[in-house]
Amino acid sequence: MKAPDFDYHRPETLAEALDLLARHGEDAAIIAGGQSLLALLNFRLAAPERLIDIGRLTDLKSLSEDHGHIEIGGLLRHCDLQASPLIARELPLLHKAIGHIAHPAVRHRGTIGGSLAMADPAAELGACCLALDGEFLLVSLQNRRWVAAADFFLGVYQTALRADEILAAVRLPKRRPGSIGIFDEIARRRGDFAMAGLALAAQTGDGGLSDVRLALLGVADRPILAGKTMAFLEGRPINEARIDEAAALIAGEIDPPEDPAYPPAYRRHLTGVLLRRALLELCS
Amino acid sequence: MSNKLRRIALTVNGEAVEREVPVRLNLVDFLRHELGFTGSHVGCEHGACGACTVLLDEQTVRGCLTLAVQADGCAVRTIEGAGENELMVDLQAAFHRLNALQCGFCTPGMLFSAQELLQANPAPSREEIRDYLSGNFCRCTGYQAIVDAVQAVAQMRHGARHGGRHGAPGP
Repeated sequence: MKAPDFDYHRPETLAEALDLLARHGEDAAIIAGGQSLLALLNFRLAAPERLIDIGRLTDLKSLSEDHGHIEIGGLLRHCDLQASPLIARELPLLHKAIGHIAHPAVRHRGTIGGSLAMADPAAELGACCLALDGEFLLVSLQNRRWVAAADFFLGVYQTALRADEILAAVRLPKRRPGSIGIFDEIARRRGDFAMAGLALAAQTGDGGLSDVRLALLGVADRPILAGKTMAFLEGRPINEARIDEAAALIAGEIDPPEDPAYPPAYRRHLTGVLLRRALLELCS
Repeated sequence: MSNKLRRIALTVNGEAVEREVPVRLNLVDFLRHELGFTGSHVGCEHGACGACTVLLDEQTVRGCLTLAVQADGCAVRTIEGAGENELMVDLQAAFHRLNALQCGFCTPGMLFSAQELLQANPAPSREEIRDYLSGNFCRCTGYQAIVDAVQAVAQMRHGARHGGRHGAPGP
């Protein structure tokens, strides 16, 4: 239960970090807060030859806004985001989700970039970024590219990140007038990995919801959009009958993996419960 | 210098410490084995149980999910150095008085989490207390007495500042 041996580098600048990654990326792991990686190392589920500690790169700790977006540096910690009035005001969905991430002591170290790059299927932030149609800035020594959240997550712990890239920033659209954001999840204990979770973003108006984006966590090998249910909810008023229909639709739409503790049927049921709660909250 | 060892300089319980450490050494093992601060306990070693909770730059962290090299330049506080804080002294007394510990393994971590909660929220509800302590496992008490103790301290301190409206805590 101790980490295996590794070489340790602590670059002082982003350029230095990218240079190290360009040379050693295939054999290296990036460590930021370490709240997932160190557990994997202690379990010996990962054994990289080197750790590149990017934790002190101040370039990646900025939080900025323009007229329509918020840009969050990859190294901002969950507690930084939770305490930010800008995030609370402009990204209420994200703000609500952060309180569900693990426990305070973990939120003091864990970072948004680290969580997204780890790509745990039950992680909150991936689903939020998917619901908000966010983009991630991936930088390497040679290149910078923006990748949409929908194209970033490829499977359990699998992402579009290349071995020489760092997730430098997250760009999310600010809330618009009339927009809603609901986050909810069900875990056995507060802070545990969610058995199922939901991030819902939409515009509300006289005709019901529009621009519906409904992302789910913990029910597939990555955060997913519930496309059929999104289409069902789009442009129609919500009433009790439709809530029943939507809950049944989403439970049928998803295909959770086999798991000895939580059978797929249970996760389907929980997802229906979460959607029902979210839509009832909208009606009230 | 080998990349497997690294010299770090930090303060632990207010005193400057400088050591060369294996880079794979985690913070709680460093505190226990290098410095002898065995009040920080090692439970699950993967961030679930909270027994290794210490303060890093005044915030609770998991000692098992932090490398000693990551604490380079930082200020660490363990339970051995926590007694300068009046709130902590009150919490320790209440834990003692209300039987909020049996074996004591979880207690240092539990106390740091409780202290952090009451610093940010001087009058939490029982639900808020349970929520904040959810990352600290106790396998003896069933948590009831722990929540009682934190609540008693909150009432005593908050009540005292607000003219004693809430009265004194129980026995």
